Amino acid sequence: MEGFIYPNEGIIEWDLLIVIYPYITGLVAGAFVVSSLYHVFGLGRLKTVARFSLITALAFLLVTPLPLVVHLGRPERALEMFLTPNLTSAMSVFGYIWFFYLLILVAEVWLVFRQDIIRYARTAQGTRKTVFSVLSLGVLETTDESRSVDGKLIKVLAFIGIPVAFLLHGYVGFIFGAVKANPWWSTPLMPIIFLLSAIVSGIALLIVLYLVVSRIRRATVDHRCLHFMALWLGGFLSAAVVVEGLEVFSMLYEQEESWDIIYQLITRKIATSYFGIQFVLGSLLPLIVLGATALASIQERVKTGLIFIASSLVLIGVFAMRWNVVIGGQLISKSLRGFNDFVIPLWGLNGIITTAVIFALPFILLAVFTHFIPPWQEDGQKPERKPLGLRSSGLV
Amino acid sequence: MSIKVSRRDFIKMGAGGLLGGIIVGGVPRLFTGLLNSASPVHAADGIGLEKHRWGFLCDNEKCIGCGRCVVACKKENDVPLGQQYNRTWVERYIITTDDKTFVDSPNGGYDGFQGYPPGPDVASRQVWKSFFVPKLCNQCDKPPCVTVCPVGATYKTDDGVILVDQDHCIGCRYCIQACPYGARYFLPGKRVVDKCTWCYHRINRGLIPACAEVCPVGARVFGDIDDPAGRLKQILSEKRFYVLKPELGTEPKVNYIGFEKGVY
Ligand code: SF4
Ligand code: SF4
Repeated sequence: MEGFIYPNEGIIEWDLLIVIYPYITGLVAGAFVVSSLYHVFGLGRLKTVARFSLITALAFLLVTPLPLVVHLGRPERALEMFLTPNLTSAMSVFGYIWFFYLLILVAEVWLVFRQDIIRYARTAQGTRKTVFSVLSLGVLETTDESRSVDGKLIKVLAFIGIPVAFLLHGYVGFIFGAVKANPWWSTPLMPIIFLLSAIVSGIALLIVLYLVVSRIRRATVDHRCLHFMALWLGGFLSAAVVVEGLEVFSMLYEQEESWDIIYQLITRKIATSYFGIQFVLGSLLPLIVLGATALASIQERVKTGLIFIASSLVLIGVFAMRWNVVIGGQLISKSLRGFNDFVIPLWGLNGIITTAVIFALPFILLAVFTHFIPPWQEDGQKPERKPLGLRSSGLV
Repeated sequence: MSIKVSRRDFIKMGAGGLLGGIIVGGVPRLFTGLLNSASPVHAADGIGLEKHRWGFLCDNEKCIGCGRCVVACKKENDVPLGQQYNRTWVERYIITTDDKTFVDSPNGGYDGFQGYPPGPDVASRQVWKSFFVPKLCNQCDKPPCVTVCPVGATYKTDDGVILVDQDHCIGCRYCIQACPYGARYFLPGKRVVDKCTWCYHRINRGLIPACAEVCPVGARVFGDIDDPAGRLKQILSEKRFYVLKPELGTEPKVNYIGFEKGVY
């Protein structure tokens, strides 16, 4: 504690769990955008990761509500959000958007993987057969006509999905941006900042996952696809940096009453995570590296490595951004006269361990999904079933 | 053809299930709600609750920082002891001759303000003036805490008091973030949010809030803003008063006498 804070402010109420909540949501939005770039806008170069990005979005979306629910004082009452919603609340509306988005995503995944599911339902044995038969909803026959209907439906869903994904994450930004009591949060730019960083983090995640999984599968990396993703990453990243910079610049320029404390916040309290990690390490450095890989003629292997590093840095940077918003905003006293302290607990429901476990869940889900319905469609050959696993990775 | 039908059926089933869930969960609540609203509630003076428009006044010029209000409040409302749990608290402002403002509120003012100086910064300076400011929930006329509550557990009564239904609160703490005055806190045992109610249980029985009751100098005045003969209205008609953070548009109903720059 430093200076004066209102007595009730002594506890940071929104802790680590609320930091990873917008982080995970953002990854969903970003991954979905990549799949839509392929399914709606027909960017064929993304074909390699199109289906993978779709189930990545699903895996992360399923986990999104978890940190929120765990964080609740009374998690057993969580469903009240749906049963007795207060529609003026950004948080309650979020529940509905999330649910709607889940429906869209599940439907789209099902349609996209339908042919595979049907094939497995026919060829697999035992329990697997049952699983796939259930997944196929009992319809094992498809005609050319029905396939083209499916294709159209996918397009429609992917199309509706874009604004909903934007809404989903823009809304997360709004949850913070609409808190007029907090000068560090309260800006109409917040939804846009969250949205851009969401897309950035999602693309970065896909790049990292794609490279790691390719290594495990011992599949050759589709460099055209990779470079294309890196290009989009660079584009969105520049936009995100500009808007984030603009936000603080306008605060600096307007010099409102709260500027004094915000200035101290970013130059002293969160200086490392703000300037150091969010801006330099997580934005500027990756931008330079991505620029270099796009322009300079470097060996393909090195290029891939550089893109991998840049994407990992971006993921760290976006996490720092979530931290700086969520925790940073609560470090400031609403009396504008002092700062709170925050020590991250290791144990407990809001500690590092729980948070790490929650954050690991979408990856586990993703591994399970890719095991049952491999999303890979290498050009010219049928989707292959190469389950993830130590043995198949050749490590043991 | 068979495909289409099965898909439609599937959607129907899902929608039906969802609707069923909402009905099963919602109808009993609807019933109890109707039953409750059927019997009109009256304040002790026989006037319907909604006929009142309660207001509050803190006189910074009178407050002596004894902290009896804080003690009384914690007793009356079972507020946990400890710095971070306050339905009401008292702040001390010390302005030094070099125009610096120092604020403190040790233990919310529960033990009074016996220690002086509050810190080395003040000790090395010349005090120019000093005063106390009592704080409590402003029962805002446009309460942001009510706006943000996702389940409607925080609500406004007909007589303008903001209450938390602790049997309904899910403990998301969005309202704590949204209150610009730091009036809310998270109740450790019940794991829901609590805040000042202007002693709603007392004012409905014709009593005044505990803090106003015990204040030895009359720095806290409670009453009906619509009652022209009432003491609150009388004082407000004679004095210049202001509210905290008016620029946020929350329209607080705690009025302050004794304005000073830098008090928010
Ligand atoms: S002071 Fe805070 S808790 Fe009280 S009504 Fe206003 S916003 Fe709500
Ligand atoms: S903590 Fe309770 S009262 Fe506050 S916003 Fe959440 S549900 Fe509403």
